[in-house]
Amino acid sequence: MNRAISYIKTFTLWELFKGLWVTQRNFFKKSITLEYPDEKAPQSPRFRGLHALRRYPNGEERCIACKLCEAVCPALAITIESEVGKDGTRRTTRYDIDLFKCIYCGFCEEACPVDAIVETRIHEYHMESPGENILTKDKLMAIGDKYDAMISADKAADAPYR
Amino acid sequence: MSDIVDYGSGMWNSLPPLVQYVTIVTWKVLFVVIVVMLTVAFSTYFERKVIGSMQARIGPNRVGPLGLGQPFADVLKLLIKEVVIPSRSSKFLFVIAPLLTLTPALAAWAVIPLNDWYVVANINAGLLYVLALTSVGVYGVILAGWATNSTYAFIGAMRIGAQIVSYEIAMGFALVGVLMAAGSLNLGDIVRAQAGGFSHWFLVPLLPLFFVFWISGVAETHRAPFDVAEGESEIVAGFHVEYSGVAFALFFLAEYANMLLVSALTAIFFLGGWASPFEGWLFLDNIAGLAWLREGSFFWLAGKICFFMYTFFWLRATFPRYRYDQIMRLGWKVFIPITIIWIAVEGVMAWLQVGPWAELEIV
Repeated sequence: MNRAISYIKTFTLWELFKGLWVTQRNFFKKSITLEYPDEKAPQSPRFRGLHALRRYPNGEERCIACKLCEAVCPALAITIESEVGKDGTRRTTRYDIDLFKCIYCGFCEEACPVDAIVETRIHEYHMESPGENILTKDKLMAIGDKYDAMISADKAADAPYR
Repeated sequence: MSDIVDYGSGMWNSLPPLVQYVTIVTWKVLFVVIVVMLTVAFSTYFERKVIGSMQARIGPNRVGPLGLGQPFADVLKLLIKEVVIPSRSSKFLFVIAPLLTLTPALAAWAVIPLNDWYVVANINAGLLYVLALTSVGVYGVILAGWATNSTYAFIGAMRIGAQIVSYEIAMGFALVGVLMAAGSLNLGDIVRAQAGGFSHWFLVPLLPLFFVFWISGVAETHRAPFDVAEGESEIVAGFHVEYSGVAFALFFLAEYANMLLVSALTAIFFLGGWASPFEGWLFLDNIAGLAWLREGSFFWLAGKICFFMYTFFWLRATFPRYRYDQIMRLGWKVFIPITIIWIAVEGVMAWLQVGPWAELEIV
């Protein structure tokens, strides 16, 4: 009996028509494509993109060269050199992040005691020549200054969960 | 105004009959070729759109409104690309192989009747001509695979050669059934034998032959799920692995022209070609504005071709590729017995005057 049923199914192409029905059903469903440059997916305030160094509202730079980020970085992407400045505080003289090594894990941001190094939402960036993959301190400070409003807003949005 | 018309018709009548004949045929051929080429161009677009929809994607939508410029962008890109001829290939064969593939695919359109009166060559052995030309098409592919002097291309060519030869037999036997039912090799007469609405189409008495013919047609055009000849996951691109630019475009055109041809042939042999499905519904004459539904026209044929082209894309989106030995098994051990049995059934049923077979004029 089962043999007969399987024969009938074979000769009526039953399984094939079932498969065709599945694709036909999907043909009428709405497509889920996001047309990227025109449409963008929603982003979390915790998004981990390009790095930035922040300042206090009075303009003083936050980083105190404690080197916790350098220590915690699993990819060894951060290089820091420091010395004592004229005002007696410890400041970085060099703060490099190699974007080719960085895995965007966000550990540096978590380790930082003064919220100096942060990862921003910026993820649409590129490099055009060798060496541009190293983010120097100047570049990091510039990014922090430029996107200060966005970074502060993201921090404020995430604060209740910390 | 009428002077100009008189002058023109006078000029025309002064031409020798041979020149008149050649001019008319040339225009007829040009019309068919241009329509086929445009249809091919847009069927690549619709293939991508249809398969995209089935996979919850959008498909091409960047070039022009709705992406309709995509086929022209593709053609332009292929035209300005360099044709690389491998240094250890057989150069002459390498160059003429795409032409040998495309020419039969287009030449077969000569006997396809687009409606009651428009057919380029109304020959009585039309069906044989079509079978012959679809067989010739395989030469181009085998030569391409051989002339390339590449293992991948050679494997693809061997696969396609065996596949087309195998399925040609099942296809031929399926057409024997059509031939018995229509009593003519002329494609126009085959359509006329199916007059009288969709219950009179050969689809009804010859249903298994219809499926055999259609699936063999998919295998003949080496489309998914029978595309082992190209099999991009196994042998890169099969016979056209080393072709680029215009030479590749010709293979591409030939494949789609063949798909259109198989769609048209299936429509003509089993679905009444240009005939209207509502031909027998006399009451349509009494309803204002619907009388045209009963008349056969090119648009019915176009609609049927569109349906089969859609089915080509649909099959491609649905089924995984057959294994090579399964293809051979299906062709030799399933299709050929089915067709032979059904030819016998058709003959006996028509002789006994049973059911839908009673109407067939088998003598």
